[in-house]
Amino acid sequence: MDTTTLLVLADSTIRLAIPLLFACLAGLFSERAGVFDIGLEGKMLMAAMLSGAVAYTTGHVWLGLLAGVAGSMVLAALHGLASITFRGNQLISGVAINFLASGLTVLMAQDWFQQGGRTPALSGDARFNAITLPLAETLRPVPVIGPIYAELISGHAVLVYIAVACVPATWWLLYRTRFGLRLRAVGENPGAVDSAGVSVAGLRYGAVLICGLLAGLAGVYLATALSAGFVKEMTAGRGYIALAALIFAKWRPFPALGACLLFGALEAVSNRWQNIDLFGVVLPIQFMQALPYILTVIILAGFIGKAVPPRAGGEPYVKER
Amino acid sequence: MRQPLPQWADVALVPVLSLLAAFLISGLVILGIGEDPVEALNTMVVGALGSAYGWGYTLYYATNFLFTGLAVSVAFRASLFNIGGEGQAGIGGLGVALVCLALPWPHWALALPAAMVGGAVFGAAWAAIPAWLQARRGSHIVITTIMFNFIAAAVLNYMLVNVLRPVGSMDPATARFPEGAGLPTLHNIPGLSAVFGPNTPANITFFIALAACLGVWLLLFRSRLGYEIRAFGKSEPAAVYAGISPTRITMIAMLISGGLSGLMAVNNVMGEAERLVLNSVEGAGFIGIAVALMGRNHPFGVLLASLLFGFLYQGGAELGLWTSIPLELRTVVQALVILFTGALDQMMRMAVERVFALFRRRTA
Repeated sequence: MDTTTLLVLADSTIRLAIPLLFACLAGLFSERAGVFDIGLEGKMLMAAMLSGAVAYTTGHVWLGLLAGVAGSMVLAALHGLASITFRGNQLISGVAINFLASGLTVLMAQDWFQQGGRTPALSGDARFNAITLPLAETLRPVPVIGPIYAELISGHAVLVYIAVACVPATWWLLYRTRFGLRLRAVGENPGAVDSAGVSVAGLRYGAVLICGLLAGLAGVYLATALSAGFVKEMTAGRGYIALAALIFAKWRPFPALGACLLFGALEAVSNRWQNIDLFGVVLPIQFMQALPYILTVIILAGFIGKAVPPRAGGEPYVKER
Repeated sequence: MRQPLPQWADVALVPVLSLLAAFLISGLVILGIGEDPVEALNTMVVGALGSAYGWGYTLYYATNFLFTGLAVSVAFRASLFNIGGEGQAGIGGLGVALVCLALPWPHWALALPAAMVGGAVFGAAWAAIPAWLQARRGSHIVITTIMFNFIAAAVLNYMLVNVLRPVGSMDPATARFPEGAGLPTLHNIPGLSAVFGPNTPANITFFIALAACLGVWLLLFRSRLGYEIRAFGKSEPAAVYAGISPTRITMIAMLISGGLSGLMAVNNVMGEAERLVLNSVEGAGFIGIAVALMGRNHPFGVLLASLLFGFLYQGGAELGLWTSIPLELRTVVQALVILFTGALDQMMRMAVERVFALFRRRTA
C-alpha cells in the first residue's frame, strides 16, 4: 500500500467517522444523565431530511442546519416527555422514535418534492463545502507534514472541525463544570442529586436536548456535507454504530473519538476493498461490515475490559413521598 | 389518595384509548400530507378485508406478526426486551431453507415438521448468545440483540451471495425449494377456498401460529415454568429468594422467544417465497414489538393485535397502490402504536385515573 492510498483511506476515515462522532457524543450526554437513547438513528434521519429540504428550498445550508437540528430536538423532547415526565420505558420510546422518523421523513420528503422520498440534490451554498485551511498549499511541498496537512487536516467541511472540537468541549463540560458534575451524578445516583435540591428532571431534560442537538448535527452532516441531499434511510444503521462506539468508549469523550475513528476506518476499508486477503485468509466484505457490532458484543461481554454503564441508566426517577 | 383503576379500565380502556390516540395522530399525518384520512381508511378496509384476495394477504401478514409478537411477549414476561426478532427470524429462515434444500421432499407433511425444527432451532440458537451474555456476563440484552440483528444481516448476506446462490445466478437468493416442500395455501383447503383468494400467500402456517398462541398461553399461565418466568419478570430478587435460577429462566425465555421468531420463517420463506431471499423478514421482527405492546404481552391480546397489524400492513400496501400515500405510512402508524401503548402508557393511565377520580368525588 503506497502513501497516496493510505492518505485517501485516512481522509475517508475522517469523513465517515464524523457522523458517528456527533451521534456518539449525543448518546454520551443522554446516557451519562441516566436516559438510555436507542433513538439516535431516528433523530439523525429526521435532521438529515429537514436539513436537505430546507437547504434546497432556501439555498442556504445554515438555515438547513437550523431546521435539521430543530427537528432532531423535537424528537429528543418527545423522548424526554415519555421517559422523564411520564416515566415510560426509555428503550421502547427510542424504538418508537426510530420508526417514527423512518416513516415520517419519507412521507414528508415525498409530499414536498415528489422524488420518491428523497430531497433534490444540493449544490453551491446549499451544501457544506470543503474549506482549505490557511497555508495548506504553501506547506504541501514539505515532506510528510505537508501532504498530511494539505490532504488530511485541511479540505473538510466546517462541521468536521466542529465535531472534533466537540470532544474536548464535552470533556470540559462533563468533568470541569458544575453542570457536568451534576449531570454525571444524576446518571449514577439521582436520589443524591435530588436531596441536594437540584432538579433531576431539569438536568435530564437538559442532557436529552443536548443529545438532540448533537444527533441533529450528525444528520445534517450526512445530508449536506457527506452527501448532497437526503435519501430514504440514509443513516443506514449509523445511529446504532454510534451506540456501539459509545459502549466501546465506556461512555467517555476522548475514547469516543478513538472508537468512532476505528469504526470509520472499518467502513472506509470495506468501501474500498471488497474482500481482504490477510495472510492467506480472505476476509469477506460482510465480515468487515459486521465487525463493529462483533467488537461491541465482545466488549459488552467483558472479555476485553468491562464496560459498565451509568448505574441509574434506564431507570425513571420517582421522587419519594 | 390515588386509587387503583378498576380492572376493566386497566385491561381494556387504557389500551383502546392509547390505540385511538395513535390512529388519531396517524389521521392528522395523512391530513398533513394533503390526503383524506376517511378515504384512506376506506381504501384500507376495502383492500385488506373487502375481498378474498385481501384476506389472503391480511392473514399471511398476521401469521408473521403473531409469531414475532409472541416471541417478544415471552421475553417481556421475563422482563427481557428482545429487539432481536428481526435477526432471529432471518437466521430461522436460513434454517428453514437448509432443511428444505437438504432433501428432495416427497410431501409437505414430511417437510413441514422438519422445517419447523430447522427454523426454531436456528432462531433459538441466534437468541442463545445474547441470552447467555445477559445471564452470565451482565451484558445488556437490548444492545446485544440489536448488534445481533446487524450481524445476522451480514451472515445472511454472506451465505446468500457466497454459499447458497446457485451457480450462474446473479440474484442473491437460494435455489427454489423442491416441489414437495410447498405448503398448501388456505385457498387450497376445502371449505376455505371461497374466503381466501388464489395466488395469495396465506397458508397452513396460520394454524401453526394459532397453536403456538395457545401453547404460549398454556406455558405462561398454566405451567410451573411459566409461573417462574413471570415471577422472575416481576421481581428478580423475589424470584431468586424463591429458588428460581436467573440464568435458567433468562436462557429458557430467550430460547423460546428466539424459537418463535425462527418459526415465522416457515410462513414467509417456506410458505410464500419458497426460497430464501435477502431481507426476507421485511421488518416483521420489529412489528412484533408493537404487536406485543398492544396485546399487553398476553397471547390472546397478541392474536388480536397481530390481526390488526395484518390489516394495517395489507391496507397500507393498498394505499401505496391506489393513492399517493407512500407505503411508509405503515411505519408511522407502527411507531405511533409503539409510542402510545408502550412509552406513553403512563400518560394515558394518569389521564384516565384523573377522570375516574372526578367521577368518584361526584358520587361520594
